[in-house]
Amino acid sequence: MLDSKIPAGKLEDKWTDYKGHCKLVNPANKRKLEIIVVGTGLAGASAAASLGELGYRVKAFCFQDSPRRAHSIAAQGGINAAKNYQNDGDSVFRLFYDTIKGGDYRSREANVHRLAEVSVNIIDQCVAQGVPFAREYGGLLNNRSFGGTQVKRTFYAAGQTGQQLLIGAYQALERQVALGSVQMFSRHEMLDVVMIDGKARGIIARDLISGKVERHFGHAVLLCTGGYGNVFYLSTNAMGSNVTAAWKAHKRGAYFGNPCFTQIHPTCIPVTGDHQSKLTLMSESLRNDGRIWVPKKQNDPRKANDIPEDERDYYLERRYPAFGNLVPRDVASRAAKERCDAGYGVGTTKQAVYLDFRYNLINKYGRAEASKHGIENPDQETLVRLGKEVVKEEYGNLFDMYEKITGENPYEVPMRIYPAVHYTMGGLWVDYELMTNIPGLYALGEANFSDHGANRLGASALMQGLADGYFVIPYTIGNYLADEIATKPIPITHEAFEKAEAGVTERINKLMNIKGSQSVESFHKRLGKIMWEKCGMARNAKGLTEAIGEIQQLKKEFWSDVRIPGGIEEMNTELDKAGRVADFMELGELMCKDALERNESCGGHFREESQTEEGEALRNDDQYMYVAAWESKGDSNWQLHKEELKYDMIKPTQRNYK
Amino acid sequence: MEHYSMNLTLKVWKQKNATAEGNFETYQVKDISSEMSFLEMFDVLNEQLIHEGKDPIAFDHDCREGICGMCSMYINGRPHGPWHGTTTCQLHMRAFKDGDTIVVEPWRANAFPVVKDLVVDRSAFDRVIQSGGYISVNTGVSVDGNTIPIERENADKAFAAAACIGCGACVAACKNSSAMLFVSAKVSHLALLPQGDVERKNRVLNMVAQADKEGFGSCTFTEACEAVCPKEISITNISRLNSEYLKAGLSADKAH
Amino acid sequence: MKWSDFFTSSVGKKLIMSLSGLFLIAFLVVHVGLNACIWAMDDGVMFNKAAHFMGANVVPRVLEIGLFAGFLLHIIQGLALEFQNRSNRKKGYAVKMGSKGSAWYRKSMGLLGTLILLFLIMHISHFWVPSRITGLEPTYIDGKEYHDLFGRMAAVFTDNIGIVILYVLGCISLAWHLVHGFQSAFRTLGLTNHKYIRLINGLGIGFSIIVPLAFALMPISFYMGWV
Repeated sequence: MLDSKIPAGKLEDKWTDYKGHCKLVNPANKRKLEIIVVGTGLAGASAAASLGELGYRVKAFCFQDSPRRAHSIAAQGGINAAKNYQNDGDSVFRLFYDTIKGGDYRSREANVHRLAEVSVNIIDQCVAQGVPFAREYGGLLNNRSFGGTQVKRTFYAAGQTGQQLLIGAYQALERQVALGSVQMFSRHEMLDVVMIDGKARGIIARDLISGKVERHFGHAVLLCTGGYGNVFYLSTNAMGSNVTAAWKAHKRGAYFGNPCFTQIHPTCIPVTGDHQSKLTLMSESLRNDGRIWVPKKQNDPRKANDIPEDERDYYLERRYPAFGNLVPRDVASRAAKERCDAGYGVGTTKQAVYLDFRYNLINKYGRAEASKHGIENPDQETLVRLGKEVVKEEYGNLFDMYEKITGENPYEVPMRIYPAVHYTMGGLWVDYELMTNIPGLYALGEANFSDHGANRLGASALMQGLADGYFVIPYTIGNYLADEIATKPIPITHEAFEKAEAGVTERINKLMNIKGSQSVESFHKRLGKIMWEKCGMARNAKGLTEAIGEIQQLKKEFWSDVRIPGGIEEMNTELDKAGRVADFMELGELMCKDALERNESCGGHFREESQTEEGEALRNDDQYMYVAAWESKGDSNWQLHKEELKYDMIKPTQRNYK
Repeated sequence: MEHYSMNLTLKVWKQKNATAEGNFETYQVKDISSEMSFLEMFDVLNEQLIHEGKDPIAFDHDCREGICGMCSMYINGRPHGPWHGTTTCQLHMRAFKDGDTIVVEPWRANAFPVVKDLVVDRSAFDRVIQSGGYISVNTGVSVDGNTIPIERENADKAFAAAACIGCGACVAACKNSSAMLFVSAKVSHLALLPQGDVERKNRVLNMVAQADKEGFGSCTFTEACEAVCPKEISITNISRLNSEYLKAGLSADKAH
Repeated sequence: MKWSDFFTSSVGKKLIMSLSGLFLIAFLVVHVGLNACIWAMDDGVMFNKAAHFMGANVVPRVLEIGLFAGFLLHIIQGLALEFQNRSNRKKGYAVKMGSKGSAWYRKSMGLLGTLILLFLIMHISHFWVPSRITGLEPTYIDGKEYHDLFGRMAAVFTDNIGIVILYVLGCISLAWHLVHGFQSAFRTLGLTNHKYIRLINGLGIGFSIIVPLAFALMPISFYMGWV
């Protein structure tokens, strides 16, 4: 069994006690300690900035041309915090409880409680940084609601919350760059962790412009490199999002936790054809006001607006009256798949459902505005006009985005949406201090196996990324580095650096020398297809077993027939991509293995063999109440370690959103 | 929406690296669906080039949903192409007709040197932010977020300015290669909020000085930046920057 | 911040353009008002008297120095700015943006300004130089001697279609220069309130039409024999 180093004591006191007793590094010593931060999304940027502020010498790396471009920027809907500004009964406990329940009881109680506790500080911090959150007319912060909760606790900035939060963290980071405490390396990709005496002591990174491989020393290494949803080829992730940094750490001995836990987001713009390179999310916040439906008749050929009210099946409201359209993501996604599989899907591919704003546009916003303007008995047209203005304010950018992609006007016709891969709850296994099982190697944000169990609630990813970076790591890293103050910076001429660099160079040469006939992209597409069909929204033992074989086959083909044009010592985007896809293939295999091993359904992981009569996910707490932490044992070979999940505060039950 | 397929001629800027001489290459692409995004059309072209054993075209892109600000193509004489309020990655092929010729160039400005093909170096923007585009608060402030109410109008204006994605289209479009829309968006975002008030003078003076140092030109209000900005950042922000600059420059009593 | 830093930054340089531009706009008001005296239908008596006042009184003479300084500042800074700004893009585009997103005259202030400068040189040589330096024919009103500027205008414009056309073209350049310059000057000074921006835009367009039109009508009036 793995030790997650959860502090003793009452759940609600653990974090306070930890902070009160953890080891500290004095300011003079901080200046002697170097920390490497890989990735500059919410977790990375906030960590690098905060650690720089504390006085550590930080080196931050990102593969984009600027730290401001990390994919956290694309998060739309909002960030949760237990502020209870709405006076609707929210509290730290309730946020904690919702997150545990939403995660289908596969997350660590102590971590989640800490997350709920620091959530309130995040909002204060961001406001102080100048993040322009949405406000009421009275000048105070506004909230909206998200799936899996019955309170309004989500802070937002139109449909660009992630952008605003990241810009806040980015600005804090750039301030530290200006002050000289953080050194920024953009257009750099981490390609290995350097281990000395069992501890993480640096990284090997490639300059993506010159193609040169570099060595960087650090007393500790933080991986804040996001999730691996792109293993499915089509996902809402950015094109460059990848697992490489985390995977290299895994190959160096870091355990990979719950790799199969993938979040399929219910509201994305559906796939239209083979040319598609990525999928676009339509924020969950839209489910505040959008109602999801399909026609009651199978294969109904009529246009959405021609189908009368009584011939529409608002299936989420029908199946889950208590939460309605705001059930958690995994539940909503499966329900959409169920309807489409049963022949009720809409659009040309029949793989879509409607997300319709007309009702709330007219009845909620239109009427409220009419009343505000003193219009009595407004006609339909007036209501639509007034309602549109409010909807535009709330979701304007999302509606525009939808229209640009589909060419349809969502103010007039309902959006067509379908689930798509969005987030990965799995990631590097970390303990309470966010340290992997490798001393000195940390994983933050989506890159760790995280606080979200088997399903993440909406608006919680931003919360976790910032919690880890701003409020957790500054304390927990001190507890480790306090014992490292005597360690002098190790010269990068050390044998371990040389070996690691040689390994990286060798792999690059190997890739370049295959000179086969198929493009990297074509392999990625094929991998994605296997993963989506067999390790996607519904999984079974047969499919998973097949998938493992197919991926192994694909991997062989890749290493013997991939074609990478260009050279090594130059900017070569195909080479960058090839390295990432090679890692995705290995990860894909592990995901299938993990999914196969976990013969229960929980959250986003749905094993067809394990479901209730109504088709809901059926957990098996007796056998699977653990975190699966996989240790790499060479090619296609892993050993499973388990971290038992103990619930002191909450009693796991069958999730119920009815 | 009717879909159609098209054959196109592409003239694309190719340049091996920062120091190499570049030139336009002409390519033909066939059976492009009107449903594709512009960058997906480039994916098709690149796949084609790889199969022909040629070097694919390097271009910056990441989120492909119009928010990361990485994509940066100057298409037929306009940054981000013909659509209004759109990034290159959001541009879809239904904007073009069968038989069209499309010319694609990188952003052009001394401050944005070409790295390879259509990829340019925009690190100047980061340095402009480093010069003052932030509020100096360390992590761990304990003031409650609701302590200072902010007038809704100002909060909305601040947000509208903060929506800038730092893509550089404003510079690419400006005849002066001025970055004022970018700089003013940040100055406005922070100046409109009470939290940003304390550092407002130094911020505007330093950010303008840095932008000048990077080799961006001055604003002559041609409005080209506003017209091509994918986030429709208002040029009024530049007026606000000027006003801030004037106030700061006239009142600041410290040598810089 | 030192004054030298303040006025040499990209914003400071624009401030100089803005302030000197507004000063020149003020001059235009005086100039057009004074010259309108030609339409007094008194064979130039009122006009010549007014011109005499401007030339003889010490206050306008001192202001005139300021005026030349303003012109020089506006011209030199304007040209310098134009060249500096152009040099920020050493490698240009193959396909130009043209007027996509930005009206031609907004991008052509340097060109329009240069045209106005050329016009100005001609204009000064027609009137200011003879009046102040080389000397003009005298005219006598109530026994007092005045420079006959009115006569000079008649001499320059009557029967001289080429010069009249050049003057009209100069006024057209001035009009377009003003359409952009008038409102741009206020935006450079930091006008952000849309209510006022709209007002200034309206005023600017009105000014840009009325003043150059009035100027243009002067040579036309002489040519057509209206005065």
